Amino acid sequence: MFDNLSTRLDNAFKVLRGHNRLTELNIAESVKEIRRALVDADVNYKIAKEFTDKVKDKALGSENVLKSVRPGDLMVKIVMDELVALMGGESAGLQLGKTKPAVVLIAGLQGSGKTTFSGKLANFLKSKSQQKTPLLVACDVYRPAAIDQLTVLAEQIGVQIYKEPENKNPVEIALNAIKHAKTHGFDVVIVDTAGRLAVDEEMMDEISRIKMAVQPQETLFVVDSMTGQDAVNTAKAFNEVINYDGVVLTKLDGDTRGGAALSIKYTVGKPIKFVSTGEKMDTLDVFYPDRMAQRILGMGDIVSLVEKAQEQFDDEEVKRIERKIKKNKFDFNDFLGQINQIKRMGDIKSLMGMIPGMGKALKDVDIDNSAFGRVEAIIFSMTPQERENPELLNLSRKQRIAKGSGRQLEEINAFVKQFDQMRKMMHKVSKMPGAGNMQMPGMAPRMGRKR
Amino acid sequence: MSFFSKFFSQEKKQDLDKGLEKTKTNFLGKLSKAIAGKSTVDEEVLDELESILISSDVGLETTIKIIKRIEARVAKDKYLGTAELNEILRDEIVQLLAENNTEDVEDYTLPTENKPAIIMVVGVNGVGKTTTIGKLAHQYHQQGKRVLLGAGDTFRAAAVDQLKIWSERVGCDFFSKGMNADPAAVAYETVHKAINEDYDVAIIDTAGRLHTKINLMNELTKIRRSISKCMDTAPHEVLLVLDATTGQNAIEQAKHFTNATEVSALALTKLDGTAKGGVAIGISDQFKVPIKYIGVGEGIEQLQVFNKRAFVNSLFE
Repeated sequence: MFDNLSTRLDNAFKVLRGHNRLTELNIAESVKEIRRALVDADVNYKIAKEFTDKVKDKALGSENVLKSVRPGDLMVKIVMDELVALMGGESAGLQLGKTKPAVVLIAGLQGSGKTTFSGKLANFLKSKSQQKTPLLVACDVYRPAAIDQLTVLAEQIGVQIYKEPENKNPVEIALNAIKHAKTHGFDVVIVDTAGRLAVDEEMMDEISRIKMAVQPQETLFVVDSMTGQDAVNTAKAFNEVINYDGVVLTKLDGDTRGGAALSIKYTVGKPIKFVSTGEKMDTLDVFYPDRMAQRILGMGDIVSLVEKAQEQFDDEEVKRIERKIKKNKFDFNDFLGQINQIKRMGDIKSLMGMIPGMGKALKDVDIDNSAFGRVEAIIFSMTPQERENPELLNLSRKQRIAKGSGRQLEEINAFVKQFDQMRKMMHKVSKMPGAGNMQMPGMAPRMGRKR
Repeated sequence: MSFFSKFFSQEKKQDLDKGLEKTKTNFLGKLSKAIAGKSTVDEEVLDELESILISSDVGLETTIKIIKRIEARVAKDKYLGTAELNEILRDEIVQLLAENNTEDVEDYTLPTENKPAIIMVVGVNGVGKTTTIGKLAHQYHQQGKRVLLGAGDTFRAAAVDQLKIWSERVGCDFFSKGMNADPAAVAYETVHKAINEDYDVAIIDTAGRLHTKINLMNELTKIRRSISKCMDTAPHEVLLVLDATTGQNAIEQAKHFTNATEVSALALTKLDGTAKGGVAIGISDQFKVPIKYIGVGEGIEQLQVFNKRAFVNSLFE
């Protein structure tokens, strides 16, 4: 995510390395690099210019010049603040109000990812943290098989769908869906609409009529994060017609340079509410400008990582594991459980990207989620007794496990050794004072690098 | 311009003009604003020109190239007025594109004379692969060719149905093994069927994938391989579909997909909506694979053969 921009910004800060203080000259040089980095990242040309003008002014502020000890750090701080401001400051979140059912209207260009997002949003709303009963409504009456697509997604996530395959009038369908939701007790109605171009007057008129009819609490504009300079024009044009409440950025899992993300809030003054980062239904995140800025600057995003972890780890389980560790009884079953929890947190590479400094290091590395597969295969090849009592593993057992899991004996040895060390370490740590609420997700031995 | 009239019927040209109208008004409007009240091309005009090109998605590298060329020309001809800037810019862009010696194709010709021609279609999610396949199939079908579509996107919900509906619209045949089937197997069997049943052309759809997902790109390589296994000269064309609203990322996409599947042609879609067709200039300049088709509207007819000269002219007329 934003790798390219991160690298280029990094270069812009390097300009300042070896300087003792910010001067007009080195600021100008660094700022020029920053502007290039932004423009190359598809940030709107004008916005890039204004952005760097602001950065320059702040850097030139005499106070700063005098106080600054390490000019590079100061510049990073200034850029960071400006990035956060550019992307909207605070996180906005969904405002569904008290009406039941609340209506969420989804709009955007063709291929921006509306239908997929609709599914993800429904999944998000019915999650533990939200506890809503959403209803998906298929109002894309044009694209072949669009209704089928939403139907399949609804089935996947176990959410109800409202559709009228014979009806070609999206306004009617949407209104009928709301009626249906009222009588059947749904909390939120998510209206998926057809993709349309901002220059297509007829279609823009249609979305405006849908909006008038359904009076949504939230209208969300979905935009592909790889969009170029045109992003701001499209965002503006849609805003003029439907005055949306927030923006959803999709396909952020690619190597997008993120220009759209940086330009849209500034242009239309509407916050980015969600970012979507994969094809699986659980890859949707609430957008936080500060965390995003940190990631752009290669500082990682520990807060999101911890939150993701918290979503998955339940207290009971943590306490149980803790007791086992204290008694030095942590076994392969527990280890397997931990792996599963990590896997539920999402894509390993995107998780690693949240660790400060890791994003850059992992830029060209493809971490395979199946890296855990090998470890799992080894554990699955053990008998229940062996899994509970790691001490049992002698040479002949290990040989059998090697055969069973299709790995080399050396690999089994290394794994068991590593597991042993980890176990000892955890036991030691648990006995240290103040280690009360420890939770250690366990390290994955030999995390695979696959190219 | 005989080739122009030959391959660009009036109607098609209207479509292209209409599709690019936004680009044009933007490009020209900005340019004339930039040079209003000036008699010579100076630093300021060039700066303005740079920002126009960049905000049209031409890209930093190509923009700098174009500006340098114009600078050189201004230096040579001191009395150059702003009135000629328009003309010069068009010249330079066409020349820049021509230098990249990729020939424009002239019609919806099949990539090979032998039967069947196998075309594999790839691209990231949501660029319009399936729609492009439908439109292309329509053109071949119109020419009286026997066309077979292979449903190789077995991953995205309802993608198979979408392609099936297109085949019905076009009136051509369709091969599928349903959702979640192995796409390489679908590709293989599509080719097999095309050979056995004497089709002129088979077009194989694939699931959209981000070019950064190495596993998925490897899968694409495997699909290509399984096509070659069934027919060693195939695929005769690997068509990468790019969304024209995409910014500089389009170039990254082109690179990665070429590494995985030896892309031999590009299709640029959604040119009717984007306010800028500039990415076409950037791609043509930086990428050796030719743009073969452009999508300029939602209608089944609105896939056109790309012509550099016509495109640049249309931008400036």
